[in-house]
Amino acid sequence: MKAFIKGISYYLPVKELTNQELVAEFPEWTVDKVAAKVGINSRHIAAPDETAGDMAEKAAEALFVEYKIDRNTIDFILLCTQSPDYPLPTTACILQDRLDIPTGCGALDFNLGCSGYVYGLSLAKGLILSGTAKNVLFITSEVYTKQLHPQDKGNRTIFGDAATATLISTEGFAEIGSFCLGTDGSGADNLILRSGGRRNPSPMQETVAEDGSPVYPNHIQMNGAEVFNFTLTMVPPLVEGTLKNNGLENEQINLYVFHQANKFMLNTLRKLCRIDPERFYYCMEDVGNTVSNTIPIALKRAQEETAIKPGFQVLLAGFGVGYSWGGCVLGY
Amino acid sequence: MDVNEFVNAFAAEFEETDPSEFTAGTSFKDLGEWSSLTSLSVISMIKLKYGVIVSGLDVNKCTTVADVFALVKKSNG
Repeated sequence: MKAFIKGISYYLPVKELTNQELVAEFPEWTVDKVAAKVGINSRHIAAPDETAGDMAEKAAEALFVEYKIDRNTIDFILLCTQSPDYPLPTTACILQDRLDIPTGCGALDFNLGCSGYVYGLSLAKGLILSGTAKNVLFITSEVYTKQLHPQDKGNRTIFGDAATATLISTEGFAEIGSFCLGTDGSGADNLILRSGGRRNPSPMQETVAEDGSPVYPNHIQMNGAEVFNFTLTMVPPLVEGTLKNNGLENEQINLYVFHQANKFMLNTLRKLCRIDPERFYYCMEDVGNTVSNTIPIALKRAQEETAIKPGFQVLLAGFGVGYSWGGCVLGY
Repeated sequence: MDVNEFVNAFAAEFEETDPSEFTAGTSFKDLGEWSSLTSLSVISMIKLKYGVIVSGLDVNKCTTVADVFALVKKSNG
């Protein structure tokens, strides 16, 4: 048996935050220069009362309509989010009810960021190949912007909110190939939200680091230079490993779709991995870094723009918070 | 590894500062254009050109361009 992607849809919140609005808030911030470097001009922001669960529901409903999917055929819901609606119950369980999917379905959340889409595909493929499920509804939904410090202009320039829904089934338009996965928890401290879990349940005191930069323990904090170095170290072997596990060479990949972290990082990684620009997809200008949503949004847009055509081998690579990374090949 | 070549490559990562302002003795953190983003550009240049990864923390501990060059040479073994 094989597993395929049968449909991808996405939802973007209504509110758009433009670079002009960021300049108004941070007059000292040379946002145009930053925008040119990171390749992001605007990003979507979830409404104050809009949760990851709300956006997940909208992405799934869009998928059902767009691909004329009978929701009664869904027998598993996977939700990738780091911003669940509640500590418990699992948001995927709530979605079963909200989406009116039969109670005979399995449902679970998993907590991953930028590697989450590749991991979700691997879990969905496992469910299909083991015969546990026939139609897996795999949703990614993230509201990082709610967890950014208002003064954290760097992260506020990069991150945006979004949700996507992918149907993985026994037939479809893109066969899910073999995976290459990796983890290095020693990098946890470089991209972290320190308070709010059981380790530090109460809000913590904001401090200043040795180098004078502010520490925001109650918001998502990223050590950009360290995360950047992690990607320089791990992404080239990830691409090599993914090619090897699929029995392919670099030249046989028609399009590379990486996690859309920011343009500067992707340019560097592209050169390091010796990929020519014509086979490398960029998709962040109007959405920003939407964490686990970037790869499915890019896949959807690439397909619409015919940057992906039938017969293409497309290599996906996701990498980030954890540290966690994963790659796979889709055969269109 | 040539220090002058390194100074030129280092200067090329700056968009506004004139390349003629850079020497091995330049205190790069005093330049108006130095920021966390330029530091990432320098780290990226070093990886692409010299094949080694230097940490942002170590770059920030350096004072002159020559200090960064010494860091690269040390990392290169």
